[in-house]
Amino acid sequence: MGKPTGFLEYQRLSEASIPPAERLKNYREFTMHLDDAEAKIQGARCMDCGIPFCQTGCPVNNIIPDFNDLVFRQNWQEALVTLHSTNNFPEFTGRVCPAPCEAACTLNINNDAVGIKSIEHAIIDKGWEMGWVTPQPPKRKTGKRVAVVGSGPAGLAAAQQLARAGHEVIVFEKSDRIGGLLRYGIPDFKMEKSHIDRRIRQMEAEGVQFRVSQNIGVDTPAEILMQDFDAVVLSGGAELPRDLPVPGRDLDGIHFAMEFLPQQNKVVAGDKVTGQLMATGKNVIVIGGGDTGSDCVGTSNRHGALSITQFELLAQPPEHENKPMVWPNWPIKLRTSSSHEEGCDRDWSIATKEFVGKNGKVEKLKAVRVEWKDGKMLEVPGSEFDMKADLVLLAMGFLGPVQKGLVEQFAALGVEKDARSNVKAVTEGAGAYQTANPKVFAAGDMRRGQSLVVWAIREGRQCARSVDEYLMGSSELPR
Amino acid sequence: MQEVPATAPASSSPPVSQQAPKAQGLYDPQNEHDACGVGFVANIKGKRSHSLVEQGLKILENLSHRGATGYDPLLGDGAGILIQLPDQHLRRVCGKQGLTLPAIGQYGVGMVFLPREPASRMACEQEIERAINAEGQILLGWRDVATDNTGLSPATIAVEPLIRQVFVARGSSEMSQDDLERKLYIIRKRSGHAIQALNLRHGKEFYVPSFSTRTVVYKGMLLADQVGKYFLDLQDPAMVTALALVHQRFSTNTFPTWDLSHPFRMIAHNGEINTLRGNVNWIRARQQAIASPVLKDDLKKIWPLIYDGQSDSASFDNCLEMLVMGGYSLSHAMMMMIPEAWSGHKLMDEDRRAFYEYHATLMEAWDGPAAMAFTDGRQIGATLDRNGLRPARYILTDDDIVVLASEAGVLDFPESKIVKKWRLQPGKMFLVDTEKGCIVDDEQLKRELATAKPYRQWVEQARIRLDQLPEPAPAEKSSVPLLDLQQAFGYTQEDLKIILSHMARTGIEATGSMGNDSPLAVMSDKPRNLYHYFKQLFAQVTNPPIDPIREELVMSTAITIGPRPNLLDIHHTDPGQWLEVAQPVLTTEDMEKIRHIDMFTGNYFRSHELDITYPAAWGTEGIEAAVASLCAHAEDALRLGYNLLIVTDRRVDVDHVAIPALLAVGAVHQHLVRKGLRTSTGLVVETGSAREVHHFALLGGFGAAAVHPYLALQTLHNMRDYLPDVDPQEAEKKYIKAIAKGLLKVMSKMGISTYQSYCGAQIFEAVGLSSQFVKKYFTGTASNVEGIGIFEIAEEAMRQHHKAFGDDPVLRTQLDAGGEYAFRVRGEDHMWTPDVIARLQHSTKSNSYSTYKEYAKLINDQTARQLTLRGLFEIKPDGAPVPIEEVESAKEIVKRFATGAMSLGSISTEAHATLAVAMNRIGGKSNTGEGGEDPRRFIPVQKAGESLKSRLGADVETDIALQPGDSLRSRIKQVASARFGVTAEYLNSADQIQIKMAQGAKPGEGGQLPGHKVSDYIGKLRFATPGVELISPPPHHDIYSIEDLAQLIHDLKNCNSSASISVKLVSEVGVGTVAAGVAKAKADHVTIAGHDGGTGASPVSSIKHAGTPWELGLAETQQTLVLNRLRGRIAVQVDGQIKTGRDVLVGALLGADEFGFATAPLVVEGCIMMRKCHLNTCPVGVATQDPVLRKKFTGQPEHVVNFFFFVAEEVRELMAAMGIRKFNDLIGRADLLDTRKGISHWKSKGLDFSRIFHLPDMPAEVSRYHTETQDHGLVNALDNMLIERAKPALDKREKVTIEATIRNLNRTVGTMLSGAVAKKYGNEGLPHDTINIKLTGTAGQSFGAFLAHGITMDLSGQANDYVGKGLSGGRIVVRPLPDFRGNPLENIIVGNTVMYGATAGESYFRGVAGERFCVRNSGASAVVEGTGDHGCEYMTGGTVVVLGATGRNFGAGMSGGVAFVLDEEGMFKNRCNMAMVELEAVGDTVTPSCHMGVSDATLLKSLVENHAKYTGSQRAMDILANWPKWSRMFVKVMPSEYKRALKELAEKNASMLKQKAA
Repeated sequence: MGKPTGFLEYQRLSEASIPPAERLKNYREFTMHLDDAEAKIQGARCMDCGIPFCQTGCPVNNIIPDFNDLVFRQNWQEALVTLHSTNNFPEFTGRVCPAPCEAACTLNINNDAVGIKSIEHAIIDKGWEMGWVTPQPPKRKTGKRVAVVGSGPAGLAAAQQLARAGHEVIVFEKSDRIGGLLRYGIPDFKMEKSHIDRRIRQMEAEGVQFRVSQNIGVDTPAEILMQDFDAVVLSGGAELPRDLPVPGRDLDGIHFAMEFLPQQNKVVAGDKVTGQLMATGKNVIVIGGGDTGSDCVGTSNRHGALSITQFELLAQPPEHENKPMVWPNWPIKLRTSSSHEEGCDRDWSIATKEFVGKNGKVEKLKAVRVEWKDGKMLEVPGSEFDMKADLVLLAMGFLGPVQKGLVEQFAALGVEKDARSNVKAVTEGAGAYQTANPKVFAAGDMRRGQSLVVWAIREGRQCARSVDEYLMGSSELPR
Repeated sequence: MQEVPATAPASSSPPVSQQAPKAQGLYDPQNEHDACGVGFVANIKGKRSHSLVEQGLKILENLSHRGATGYDPLLGDGAGILIQLPDQHLRRVCGKQGLTLPAIGQYGVGMVFLPREPASRMACEQEIERAINAEGQILLGWRDVATDNTGLSPATIAVEPLIRQVFVARGSSEMSQDDLERKLYIIRKRSGHAIQALNLRHGKEFYVPSFSTRTVVYKGMLLADQVGKYFLDLQDPAMVTALALVHQRFSTNTFPTWDLSHPFRMIAHNGEINTLRGNVNWIRARQQAIASPVLKDDLKKIWPLIYDGQSDSASFDNCLEMLVMGGYSLSHAMMMMIPEAWSGHKLMDEDRRAFYEYHATLMEAWDGPAAMAFTDGRQIGATLDRNGLRPARYILTDDDIVVLASEAGVLDFPESKIVKKWRLQPGKMFLVDTEKGCIVDDEQLKRELATAKPYRQWVEQARIRLDQLPEPAPAEKSSVPLLDLQQAFGYTQEDLKIILSHMARTGIEATGSMGNDSPLAVMSDKPRNLYHYFKQLFAQVTNPPIDPIREELVMSTAITIGPRPNLLDIHHTDPGQWLEVAQPVLTTEDMEKIRHIDMFTGNYFRSHELDITYPAAWGTEGIEAAVASLCAHAEDALRLGYNLLIVTDRRVDVDHVAIPALLAVGAVHQHLVRKGLRTSTGLVVETGSAREVHHFALLGGFGAAAVHPYLALQTLHNMRDYLPDVDPQEAEKKYIKAIAKGLLKVMSKMGISTYQSYCGAQIFEAVGLSSQFVKKYFTGTASNVEGIGIFEIAEEAMRQHHKAFGDDPVLRTQLDAGGEYAFRVRGEDHMWTPDVIARLQHSTKSNSYSTYKEYAKLINDQTARQLTLRGLFEIKPDGAPVPIEEVESAKEIVKRFATGAMSLGSISTEAHATLAVAMNRIGGKSNTGEGGEDPRRFIPVQKAGESLKSRLGADVETDIALQPGDSLRSRIKQVASARFGVTAEYLNSADQIQIKMAQGAKPGEGGQLPGHKVSDYIGKLRFATPGVELISPPPHHDIYSIEDLAQLIHDLKNCNSSASISVKLVSEVGVGTVAAGVAKAKADHVTIAGHDGGTGASPVSSIKHAGTPWELGLAETQQTLVLNRLRGRIAVQVDGQIKTGRDVLVGALLGADEFGFATAPLVVEGCIMMRKCHLNTCPVGVATQDPVLRKKFTGQPEHVVNFFFFVAEEVRELMAAMGIRKFNDLIGRADLLDTRKGISHWKSKGLDFSRIFHLPDMPAEVSRYHTETQDHGLVNALDNMLIERAKPALDKREKVTIEATIRNLNRTVGTMLSGAVAKKYGNEGLPHDTINIKLTGTAGQSFGAFLAHGITMDLSGQANDYVGKGLSGGRIVVRPLPDFRGNPLENIIVGNTVMYGATAGESYFRGVAGERFCVRNSGASAVVEGTGDHGCEYMTGGTVVVLGATGRNFGAGMSGGVAFVLDEEGMFKNRCNMAMVELEAVGDTVTPSCHMGVSDATLLKSLVENHAKYTGSQRAMDILANWPKWSRMFVKVMPSEYKRALKELAEKNASMLKQKAA
């Protein structure tokens, strides 16, 4: 129950981090989890609400008041069990989740929210440290086989749940390493990849088999899966990036963020990457104000860019949301990430008109200021300007799953798509996560479109339950 | 033998429709309650005279205000008189018919009500004659009793029986009068059974009021003054008697029934038997186990002794009669049925205690408020329940007349003839023996009985205390892992975190707040324990709950386990053995002792285990047979000689699932009751399922003597994580203590004081169980919406079992998270979810109706998630849709809305005021709650720029802008049991005054405002000391019955005649009948609250398990009121989790005129259901007094206004779609409701709402909604004259003196006048003594209630109950008339509950007061010359001086003020409840922290001087004459909390002074 008056007595404490100057020297994580005493006090701030809004604010519905209380009582092991009961991979979310739970926290109405994410982070790190995270192989096997296509957070969550339910699970990954966006989308300084490896070892011990560099629909036809498995989970993500079709787009030096970021991760992992895209000594322009853009900023800074500018088409959001009208929902407000703190210029309401270059190489970008009126964008007359650019990184979001190969082939097998080209499946009721082909299920970004890691985990877990129900008639896997 | 021809009845029979309606819809005649005025007059010497008959009838007339009338003022509830057999008269009238009677004593008379339909009448008569013959007696003949029904209500006449007397002579000259009396009894029982068996349509009209050689009863469906006119016999001067017992009834219903009138054959009763269901069951249960040496073989002819559906009084009479016929003396039998509170009575004589203890094993007490007058025709007497909850006053004259009645002044005697004026005291008996010609003193009577047999020796020899047996061998342990076991019984983390750990830590039950918003068990998707299908019943209006903490002395959890001795073995010499436990929760050691009890008792006790597990492989289908064989097994065990049955589920494991323990207990208990074997065995339960108070309460209530909660105990021993600093042994001890305390609370809610009589009392109703199932295993329990049966119950158990032993990954290492007490995504569903709250707040803040509609849809559309009964209703159109423009405007509809009673104290000033402003803006009503209100809020805002802060100043933390025309005044002012801040001014600021009988979150319980919530401001408004905890008593101490409520309504109406008087009730089975009684008690308005509402802090088991949904209570209320033709007289409001327009609509269709909202407007103000109200940590400034948190309050009146208009708009849309234009046309149209189609939920599909949707078949002119106004009869008030004569004072503040005479019919004198003063002059009133009223005579109840400052009432004579109730600054003096010869110190001068809730003023009483003197006094001073029990209870302020003896339990719950008690004998300490007070000497120095700022001695002396001056008290003069000697004998009663607060205050003042000086 925490301490009834804790929120009146203690302040919110953010996790400590290594100062930018220091952390820019490497690709290591720089955020330190709370120590036991700090975590206890942060746990004491939780009011154990009659209605914990955090719990529904959290996509995986973490039972936040309970683990807060357990940490307050320093019962870390039980806290870990509670945390794992809703979330397969708290070490991922504890690092990269934007924490919608904290936006929904009741204290956030008129105070600083409870540091839920920092508590989660502390719990899972302690769990690994103490060796409490152990494989949970199923008591008995069902003899059913499930293929999971795509090893991002949705696929991993689904695979782990299904394996624990006793099914034989094989995860197919088109890249050379397991993890999807976790592996190659998120820079190491935000989340070191050993966390993924550790989980994979746990999952292997639970019976999950991993097949890397197997691009279903390309290397292996979908039909094979349909023949070999009792069910298939499609969790291939939404990797098709939004492009910027303006004059000069084909110039050299203009790249999607997802061409830029994975290379660095591979290098950190010890791979040799020939011709790695480097920002070193360059004027870098990142187009797109979201998290991926932010990751490009952080990586460019570590490369030693000359300058970094980040543009956003939308207007600058307010610093503070109108809480009475927004809480407990996720607020649109100005967010400054740790990468921004490391140095970069940001500008909003900027539309790129053209890239200009020499010798096929980009040199500058022409842009214009825009105004937003009633949802319509208007260019501000006379506000055109040029900007020096040696490297342009496009981080404007993703349109949906790559259609070629996997999606196409499954579509041929009766799997339907929604209007946004995602694989179609509902999330509630009978047949949740089941596609038009009853044997095929979909989860994560491939079904819902670009989203958060935590949403992917939710979908993976819930999808697993549906698969289990489909295979066994009923399921004891939690929703 | 000669038959006297009967006069032919005018019409053959009354039309059936005019008879008492049968059970229909939710109306069940079994729920009727009654209360009344009772009295008797007797000549001690046995001298018979006709004047005693006349005096008896006169008493009746003078008690008429204690009765009631129905919709027709001529339609009384019943009245009657019991007299000695009038031999002369009978001889004369029979002589006229040629019928000669034998000598007196050798014949008996049966008074018989017969059907008017001739054939039925003949059949009944023949059965009686046949029985007379069969029993060997001689039928002498029949006689028509002459009656005159002119002046009776047509409804009464319609069911008027033919009344005849039958005369029976003894069959042999050997027979004594007692033998004949017994034979007449058998004849009556025998013929009664035979007639019942004929099953005639008119058989119900047959009834035998009396059949005796000694007494005759004349009674009927009559008004008090009609008895003597209707029965012409009574006018015959030859009709003589030495005793007359009379009774005037006040029933909650108006259905004319002649047989329910009192007196019965031996008793007349004022009060209610709360344990009735259990008592009746236990009587039946011993049928096979008793034998009578007196009745011998005749005994078997009396069964069934009590028919189902008989009233409590009638059942009591039946039992008493059996005991007397079985050979006990009348007084002995009365002491068995209504024992004193002996177990906790430190001062009781050991022999007497042994007498009671011995008899407790024979017969469970008939518990409940009771003034029981009884007679066998020779002796007449009366006794009071153990807690003295009904009034009874008596006088003796110097010519041997004794008069006892519910109040003083019912018969006039010259003062000079009266030798004694006294009252019946709790548990005491008053007995007149007209044969011996003396009064038998209580002490003497009981001593004789207590020493008649060696009870003390017997008790010592027989009693085995379980805790004194040697240690048993350790119990064998289950091999099932704890976690699995916990899961098998449905444990959740919340059980550990909230329920168990709180009890283990603190020894009390956990507290929660903000009501209950999770679905009923039958609608839940989760498997729920069978316990959850039962709701605790509670007392409201017709009987008072008890305060188990402050009045602990009447409570007891002790119980004897094991077989009961033969009840009628009057020649008993061997008491056998009995096994006693102090409370019913057994430890592991206790259980082992019971398991091996044969070893300890030399085989006297032999226990047998009934294993209630069965193979899980049998599946759900197996349960029915498993239960059947369990019952058979139990019976076999008894027949084999086992006399202690242990129902156990400890063999649960992976392969064995348990029958729910409650089902097993219910089944075995009922089976053995039916077989008449139940008293041959004790029944003990060993179960893993019981952990909460409610569970134990149910197991006990359905028959278990004791419960061993092995799993709860095992869990407690493994809770280091939750209880790191608590020793497991200590935890177990505290847990058991908490459960026992909780049981006391459950019992006390129903007004039951001993566990022994609680056991088997079945004070529950079922919600969501099929009636077939309930009838079989929980016989006699109400279940009104049907629901699941035994197989679904098995399914739930099976699912839990599967979860426990299955593979659920979440449950592998952890318990389920729960979600019942706090929202959890995977847990139990709730109406309030994050989404619901967010949408409601966003919509009202942005005035967005479309967002509101999203919110409403989440609540209203329950196709996906089932939450409320109404969610399963479908609304049918009444015709084609109408354009919305034609529907009544939202502006009109919002006037029907009110906010709930949330006191300032529970919520912040800001939150409280915001609601008031909003409700006043829309023309609705806000309810101030029970905490008083700042008078600065009473005047409307006149000028622009005013704000909350400009009005209330520094007490406001967050300011709220006000507009001209706004008002901060709450239009509804609540009057609750604590009467905080209830002054004449407060009452006069109300448009409606609401008497809170119960609240949804914790019906039947009192409350506590913790000290940290009593800020300076709150303290000021409540007339209390800041920082000192405030206690609200469970009962209103001036409402122990329905006629008391009528009195309080009358008092309040007198104080403010322009306010409507409302009574707030909580939904439970029978609430409809209570509401009908409330209407008859002249309330203008009644609120039916659902069980789920309630914003205040309450014990969690009360929040979850007491009361029922309002759909049930409201529908029952509507149906009963319409059936009674009372609906038009009273407005009906419904409240409890009403959130949307659809809720309002359903409420209207079920019968509500108005609607209360509490939680929803609070949420609009910012509440986010933190459910921490009781901790004062509300983070949004709503439910806290912490100034830091109150700064965070963001609510605005506009938001609340938006909400109510949204709701009204939604109502309009729904009305338009239904085709209804006027709101009034909706009300009571339950025919427009239907069950939603296609409910497929495995549990809820069994629900059947037809009883809720039932429309009583009544003529069109019978109103279905509120149309009339009540006649409060204020024109007759003495105050009209007082006001007239006080005009100079009222208009010009001139002094006036008024002299008048007064009698008991003049009630509430001085109150209307005080209302007039308060209206004009506020709480300040007028200068002292401006209006001086001198009265002579006996004052009726509530003399000087709410007497305002400036009025003095000086009464010579005496007064009844409630003198100075709510005294608001006036002065009251009551002294004997000069010609009264008695010593004031030994005679009563004022009745019970004097100065209740007084806030200011003074009173002087020369004489002794009754029980509960100065209860809840918060500022007045009083001097009295002696008091009854519970003096100064819950007092929070003021000064009390007692110049004589006090009763017991003085100062219980006293947290403020001071009492000085003259303790001549040094015995006071034993009579004082020391839990909250200290006893000190009277100090003579002034200290900064002294009471009232003067020294004790100065204060005391001045009060004694005043007493001498105003009353002429000899006692006071003696004391003053030798002050040094006497003053030393005073003891000062000082509440410890008050002392601390005074000290702190003094220190604070000193430091402030110091600061100023610096």
